[in-house]
Amino acid sequence: MWIYEKKLQYPVRVSTCNPMLAKFLVEQYGGADGELSAALRYLNQRYTIPDKVIGLLTDIGTEEFAHLEMIATMVYKLTKDATPEQLIAAGLGPHYANNDKALMYTNAEGVPWTASYIQAKGDPIADIYEDIAAEEKARATYQWIINMSDDPDLNDGLRFLREREIVHSQRFREAAQILIDERGKKKIF
Amino acid sequence: MPTPHKVYYPFISPFDPCKPIVAKTYSTPPHLYMQMQPPNLAQFTPHEALRAGTLWKVLYDPYFGPYEKLRKEDSSHD
Repeated sequence: MWIYEKKLQYPVRVSTCNPMLAKFLVEQYGGADGELSAALRYLNQRYTIPDKVIGLLTDIGTEEFAHLEMIATMVYKLTKDATPEQLIAAGLGPHYANNDKALMYTNAEGVPWTASYIQAKGDPIADIYEDIAAEEKARATYQWIINMSDDPDLNDGLRFLREREIVHSQRFREAAQILIDERGKKKIF
Repeated sequence: MPTPHKVYYPFISPFDPCKPIVAKTYSTPPHLYMQMQPPNLAQFTPHEALRAGTLWKVLYDPYFGPYEKLRKEDSSHD
């Protein structure tokens, strides 16, 4: 059960009409290390992981949907008023032919999202370590997109999202530690 | 305090086609050095935290691209 709050997690501002950035940003929308993959990965792993870390997966998985919504808003703002010529120049001609201005869950190269991007191994250590890796890959993706962008307002939002990846990675590392720790166990030597 | 970036210097061939990038860097954000977060660390105010993306000052690691000017307000948190 979810409760929806009708506002973005962080305000999304876009200061330049640059559909090319939208093309790059969809990597975080429907890419392997994107927010959709993250949300579905974590929320799906919850059922087969020790009780102590289920809540963490619920919280982070839910927040990833809030990030997905921010990315969607950025992509929408960057493309909504673009002319077909501008979209063609940005490499979005094929997308326009297929989807008009509609968003699609593809990566930056136009490859549709697939469930094979996510894993659920059922082994708590393997799953949490995959989650840590996913957060670091998403952090890196944000860095590469910031590197290509000259839009300070857009980058402000991307910086926020990158910071959240850092916090999530930290929490997953702590979850791994909780699963590994022998604290509270009587050890007999 | 660990550095948020590391530098390495890849081999450069005399026959490389492009102007070589002598130093390569990569990001090493503060959480990599933290292990289990200790209690009672310094916090941002709620308003600052909403902007920074984290409540914890030690975890704050803003990243700027080469094509944007570093803005004062973003770097004045600590």
